[in-house]
Amino acid sequence: MDPVSTASLEVSGLAFAYPDGHQALFGVDFSIARGERVALLGPNGAGKTTLVLHLNGILTGGTGTVTVAGLEVGRRHMAEIRRRVGIVFQDPDDQLFMPTVREDVAFGPAAAGLKGPELEERVDRALGLVGMAEFKDRPPHHLSFGQRRRVAVATVLAMEPEILVLDEPSSNLDPASRRELADILRSLDVTVLMVTHDLLYALELCPRSLILSDGVIAADGPTRDLLADDALMRAHRLELPYGFDPRSVPAAPGRS
Amino acid sequence: MGAGHAHKLYRHGHSPVHALPPHTKLAAVFAFVVVVVSTPREAMWAFAVYAGLLAAVAYTARVPAAFLLKRLLIEVPFVAFAVLLPFVAEGERVDVLGLSLSVSGLWGGWNVLAKGTLGVAASVLLASTTELRELLLGLQRLKLPPLLVQIASFMVRYGDVITDEMRRMRIARESRGFEARGVRHWGVLAKSAGALFIRSYERGERVHLAMVSRGYAGSMPVIDEVTASRAQWSYALALPSAALVVCLLGWTL
Repeated sequence: MDPVSTASLEVSGLAFAYPDGHQALFGVDFSIARGERVALLGPNGAGKTTLVLHLNGILTGGTGTVTVAGLEVGRRHMAEIRRRVGIVFQDPDDQLFMPTVREDVAFGPAAAGLKGPELEERVDRALGLVGMAEFKDRPPHHLSFGQRRRVAVATVLAMEPEILVLDEPSSNLDPASRRELADILRSLDVTVLMVTHDLLYALELCPRSLILSDGVIAADGPTRDLLADDALMRAHRLELPYGFDPRSVPAAPGRS
Repeated sequence: MGAGHAHKLYRHGHSPVHALPPHTKLAAVFAFVVVVVSTPREAMWAFAVYAGLLAAVAYTARVPAAFLLKRLLIEVPFVAFAVLLPFVAEGERVDVLGLSLSVSGLWGGWNVLAKGTLGVAASVLLASTTELRELLLGLQRLKLPPLLVQIASFMVRYGDVITDEMRRMRIARESRGFEARGVRHWGVLAKSAGALFIRSYERGERVHLAMVSRGYAGSMPVIDEVTASRAQWSYALALPSAALVVCLLGWTL
């Protein structure tokens, strides 16, 4: 295969302004290879959410292109794009809208036409991957926050996406849930784009990071190098916790 | 967040009534209520038989009488209306214990009371033997407009989330020394309600985004196909059929 088609995600020249005139993206270019885990860092208001909503075609109408595994995001292949790009939103209560965990995980595959034992098997596999198989018949609002976040990841995994996009995956998690989620994400055999403020989580999980600032990609490189660059960090309002030196820990292992 | 059972009306069990497919039960209750309502009010014995039929269903479902009676309390406001009727209705009057009551009012009150109680009792039985989730599947199966079923299912899913949000807002108000006392504070409560509405509306938009992201295109995919065998249908329809016989007798006798 040629190198272009092995990229899970390719964004080129993406610019977008909201109808009220506020321009959020000013030409974003990057590409993520299959199997990579990449963090998208950036201060509030940098355009991270706007970028994420372009990845599965919820926002369109700007200039530039987004290509998912060789398929361009656009009206023509919307269903296929949405199957390939799995977005896990920040608040699991927004993501889990069905009365039981099982039905929620089944929603995506069922919308794509799967049914019967095949559907059941897909649900079991996705819940197994996040360690939530025994909660299948529980209503989502009876789960803890960390469990709900894991089920939210499963709802997306059930669609067997090409790329998993996580919006602030570590927000509101206690340290144990945070580590459990990290273990799960590391165990998955899927391309991951993680949008976050949590620099340590990015360092732990993603060998590579992008910094989005003022609607452009301001930096792209190994996470540890970016975090260690004080001037760069300060310029984009990114701050590490007090007393933390990224050079003191080993970089996130890439995929073996 | 609330823990425990799916809804308060439901009573967990494994009786034959619990096991019936939800849409057969829904159809049975609906038919039963229609039959009860179309029974002439003068056939008082018929209503006693209906009550007996419901008692038999409750017995099969192993729903204790006390449980059922407590749930029936929801009817009280309507009963109050029925009790008023004999005092306010026009027409021929009759003296009972020194009170002058209207005859047509008495009949009217009895009519509302008997038919209402039977209807509520049947619904309570349905609710205590069918989980909310199943009821929704049943409604879907009975080809109710899908939009209505979706709205109902979102209510079930987000009821707790919104109650929780309301509780947090109340705690936030009270933490800042606010306590609702009298009319002067209604403005604050109204603003809270408005804020809650906007929050829920915005959540609705985010939920819709999440649905669209997973391939929602206007209709819910069918995940659970509920089916009923002929035997299950005849079992469920035994109640309205028996009631129909009683009703016909009520008209002819």
